[in-house]
Amino acid sequence: MLAVGVSSRRKEGPEKLCGVAKYIDDYHLPGCLFGVTLRSSIPHGTIKNIRFDPKFPWDDCVIARAADIPGQNYVDLIEHDQPLLAEERILHAMEPILLIGHPVRATAYQALEHIEVDYQESEPVLSMEDSIALRQVLYRSDNVFKRILIEKGDTGAGMAKSDFIVEGEYRVPSQEQAYIENNGVAAWEEDDGTLVIMGSMQCPYYVHKAMKPLFPRREEKIRIIQTTTGGGFGGKEEYPNMIGGHAALLAIKSGRPVKMIYDRHEDMLATTKRHPARIRHRTGVRRDGTLFAQEIEIVMDGGAYVTLSPVVLSRGAIHASGPYQCPNVRILAKSMATNNPPSGAFRGFGAPQTLFAAELHMEKIAATLGIDSLALRRRNLFRQGSVTATGQVLRESVGASEVLERAVQRAKYVERRKECKQWNRRKDRTSWRGVGLSVVFHGAGFTGAGEVHLASRAGLSLTREGEIRVEAASTEIGQGTSSMLAQIVAETLGVPYQWIQIDTPDTARVPNSGPTVASRTCMVVGSLLQRAALRLKTAVAELQGTFPHTRAGLRTAARKLANGKPAVSFIEEYRQPDEIQWDEEKYKGDAYGVYSYAAMVVELEINKLTYEVRIRRLTTAQDIGKAINPVLVEGQIMGGTAQALGYALLENVIFQNGVMQNAQFTNYIIPTTLDTPPMSVELVEKPYSRGPFGAKGVGELPFDVPAPAVAAAVFHATGLFIPELPLLPERISRAKRDQTAR
Amino acid sequence: MRGDPSTMEVLRPKAAREAVRLLARHPEAIPLAGGTDFMVSWNAGQRNGKTILDLSSIKEWARIRSVKDGLRIGTLVNHWQLQNHATVQREFPLLVDACATIGGVQIQIRGTLGGNIANASPAGDTFPPLAVYQALVHTVSPGGGRTISFADIFTGVKKTSLGPSELIESIEIPVLPSRPRRQMFWKVGTRAASAISKTVAAGLLWVKKDGSVRELRFALGSMAPTVRRLRHVEAFIVGKKPAGKVLDQACALLEKDVAPIDDIRSTAAYRLEVSKGLLRSFLDPSYRG
Amino acid sequence: MIRLRVNGETRLHKGEPFKRLIDVLREDFHLTGTKEGCGEGECGACTVLVDREPVNSCLIPVCQVAGRRIETVESLGKPDSLNVLQDAFLSEGGTQCGICTPGFLMTAWAYVRQGGRDDETSIRKALAGNLCRCTGYQQIVSSVIKAVRERNRTVRERNKIRGSRPRPLRKRAK
Repeated sequence: MLAVGVSSRRKEGPEKLCGVAKYIDDYHLPGCLFGVTLRSSIPHGTIKNIRFDPKFPWDDCVIARAADIPGQNYVDLIEHDQPLLAEERILHAMEPILLIGHPVRATAYQALEHIEVDYQESEPVLSMEDSIALRQVLYRSDNVFKRILIEKGDTGAGMAKSDFIVEGEYRVPSQEQAYIENNGVAAWEEDDGTLVIMGSMQCPYYVHKAMKPLFPRREEKIRIIQTTTGGGFGGKEEYPNMIGGHAALLAIKSGRPVKMIYDRHEDMLATTKRHPARIRHRTGVRRDGTLFAQEIEIVMDGGAYVTLSPVVLSRGAIHASGPYQCPNVRILAKSMATNNPPSGAFRGFGAPQTLFAAELHMEKIAATLGIDSLALRRRNLFRQGSVTATGQVLRESVGASEVLERAVQRAKYVERRKECKQWNRRKDRTSWRGVGLSVVFHGAGFTGAGEVHLASRAGLSLTREGEIRVEAASTEIGQGTSSMLAQIVAETLGVPYQWIQIDTPDTARVPNSGPTVASRTCMVVGSLLQRAALRLKTAVAELQGTFPHTRAGLRTAARKLANGKPAVSFIEEYRQPDEIQWDEEKYKGDAYGVYSYAAMVVELEINKLTYEVRIRRLTTAQDIGKAINPVLVEGQIMGGTAQALGYALLENVIFQNGVMQNAQFTNYIIPTTLDTPPMSVELVEKPYSRGPFGAKGVGELPFDVPAPAVAAAVFHATGLFIPELPLLPERISRAKRDQTAR
Repeated sequence: MRGDPSTMEVLRPKAAREAVRLLARHPEAIPLAGGTDFMVSWNAGQRNGKTILDLSSIKEWARIRSVKDGLRIGTLVNHWQLQNHATVQREFPLLVDACATIGGVQIQIRGTLGGNIANASPAGDTFPPLAVYQALVHTVSPGGGRTISFADIFTGVKKTSLGPSELIESIEIPVLPSRPRRQMFWKVGTRAASAISKTVAAGLLWVKKDGSVRELRFALGSMAPTVRRLRHVEAFIVGKKPAGKVLDQACALLEKDVAPIDDIRSTAAYRLEVSKGLLRSFLDPSYRG
Repeated sequence: MIRLRVNGETRLHKGEPFKRLIDVLREDFHLTGTKEGCGEGECGACTVLVDREPVNSCLIPVCQVAGRRIETVESLGKPDSLNVLQDAFLSEGGTQCGICTPGFLMTAWAYVRQGGRDDETSIRKALAGNLCRCTGYQQIVSSVIKAVRERNRTVRERNKIRGSRPRPLRKRAK
């Protein structure tokens, strides 16, 4: 292969490296207003009065409130419960109330200081437990955004036949995506009435869909354009619907372009975060370690509005039993409404939470039974032909044991475990050392019938000048979309990578290839492009026999094909493979077309005086089907690993009365170069027959695997089983003191 | 970015005397050195409409000079210069260690020693070393200058004993009377780099021939509103051998000189446990927690 | 009026003396390559070089760098002629979303130019004031290692050539 499997240089790399690539705040919009948002300071209550300081020059400001929305006041997502601007009812701190636009950025912010809001406060519900106890009714009658039940076999009978039952409760916190480019958009109305929104986003068509109910007009009169985006990780999956709506409202009201760029503090305070979760396991095992029955209860904190909670819960629930065979499984999951800011999408989307619990629980089972942790994994791990908790038969591309064995072998896991034990025996050591292991799986694409509902469309256009353009709404947000899609097309056509261009994700230009989420872009959209490329190749072959090898030849062929038109398009639509069968009611069947797999071994040491954790070595093997671009794939794995190390050891969203207290980088701690270890990454390729060149998904998988491996290593190092994150030194120190006291 | 430059008045003296004169005439002016602290709150929109006394052009204040029995460090000397200065490296290695842990390189190059002291954060990383080196702060003011012992420079969180028109001109560090048997700087931060400290310690120990303590100087930052010398511990341990019950008592006495709190970075319990551990391992290097 | 040297050219700032250096660069001089990520001096995305040293331009009022030499990412190269460091970032995967890239490039360029060593520990220390959320840093470190080695090789070759060139004959005055 000439283009696939090659570490081609990033398509948009040179522009980014020279400071030439334009992010939204780099655009100069003459005559624009700068938009800011007045937000609630209380988590629950009603607005009684809003008072504007008469001494402030309000004439220079444009003010927009809910009443100014020409259409309906909601931000489109799964449900329509979230208003664009609060009218009376406040359900979370930082909820947007009104917008101000002013030509000078600093003055716009000053205006906010000259507004007083009088509230009638109600008692807030700030924890999952308080929500379940119905301290206040926030949503429907029971505060439950979504309930999911997955059942397989008979867990009652299974528990009765087990030799041991091991229980555990695991808690994981909120987490901030912390993309280095804050949320930002610009909006304006053209003379012909087209509403244009440009900005940092993952899903231009989500924004497009959300603008219609707010600003009713024909579809073609809404145009959404993605600008170079400085990181997303899910934090720009649905949030741009909100900020886009805000900028658009100010633009329509003022008749001027509006730029709305958050600063770090506001972005952390107001935008979505990872769902916190509490996961309880009750596992029946045979003496030899065979899993016989799993009862799992999951509760997530969805925050004040539904947003994407049902889908996060879904993915979390489906992955909750881990990559293991078990004949009897019962998973009961629910997502609760609280007065915390709405939770949303973040890389992994429910799976990092439940897989942390599943994997750490395996450690607990191993310790309880006195069985080696690796042997326990080997005994139960998925193989080809295994049946999942939803009754899915894993027909192909099951790299679970390959990744486990490769990671364990390269990390010298068994040897290192022994060495650490010997190290820890000596009292004169300044640290404890430990080695931990985890193995995970992650479904690629949307759950169940999701891809069918998306009905993604993508393809190629060949201009009459001979330019080949990828036409897809899939966005480059750093993960390598542009390069990877270009490589798939180049390989299929048999032409150089450099010949393929990527059209801007602009809803006026490209079809809806679905959102850039769920580890779907390569597998789903890449397949569509592969098919489109084949059709293009066939079309040219029908004209002149072979596909041209020179640009001049391509120009000639293109002119013929275009036949007077500026370009000719080859657009493909998603077709679900027949073998995928999913029952949404019973939550049974093929939850995903295929799963990717990863295993990791983490070696760490803990300072005996300060309890600070330092990762000494990190080894991972990941089965992603096929690495279209190995350097980019490794980059995804190492980047996701670093984020998950932050989740495991450093990142702690501190809420008080529903407000994040550490909403800046000074006190919300993400890893630096000195906090991340060198990483040894091995790519395993177990091709998937439905993926382009065998590729599955890689974006989220790397996030699922590090945190439980770290917790397992801490357990190995200290004998402290700490079923919570982050494993801050304070937490380890407290656990040690409790252990010593007992 | 919420700062509005059009609301700011900037005074830019070229020499020390001019700075003093301007501050006397504009007592509301905020002296600005490297700006690594001030500009953060300015970016947050909290300092609009203020008058700034920009000291950064006063070249005489950016020098390091050897003086009799010590080093005189101009108030505008930055932490990068400081850690790379040969005499500082030779005579005051704890200060070098501290400078290297302040933020990233970008912050070390801009942050100044005098600016940091004037800012008086309870978590200043250079303060425990300066406390155990028993530095002196030289000031200038319209009424003349004075010398303030480092032990007296801080009066509370972000509060100094400087008068309204008084500026720090330099920091003098006397060379140590003799080489200490042991010295230590240790910062426990929120992560491995660019972090605010949870606790930060500096220690110097002189030991007599019989193994008993001749002198201990130990200071902790982030453990109280200001940096604290452990006076009770230092007084107690003189003449004693740092072992067994003496160590237990010394660590217990630590609590008398500090007042750690729970905050968004850490807990009082953790801070206390770790500080005691650091003190103990300094006095007894075989200690393992 | 404040005079600066930016990327080798003399530029005049006629506006507010307290305007931040980052805003003068981005808004007045239209050099939008330098980015703002946090406004607190934590992320380093705004890093530029002042007299060859890396600083956070979001924390500097322009009056404090009057007369100084400023270098931004725009001084390193152009998309069709990347410098050795930019090229290394491209081949090693040192840039993903790219928002932190200009800041990293400036900090790393100062390091490379000052003769920084090609070992991982020194490089990680030098870059500890720049945050990246995409890469996990390893490919950034590899990029800098590659650039240091490339540069050392180029310098060695240049010296070799200089060393072997015959010295010019000097005409003796009669």
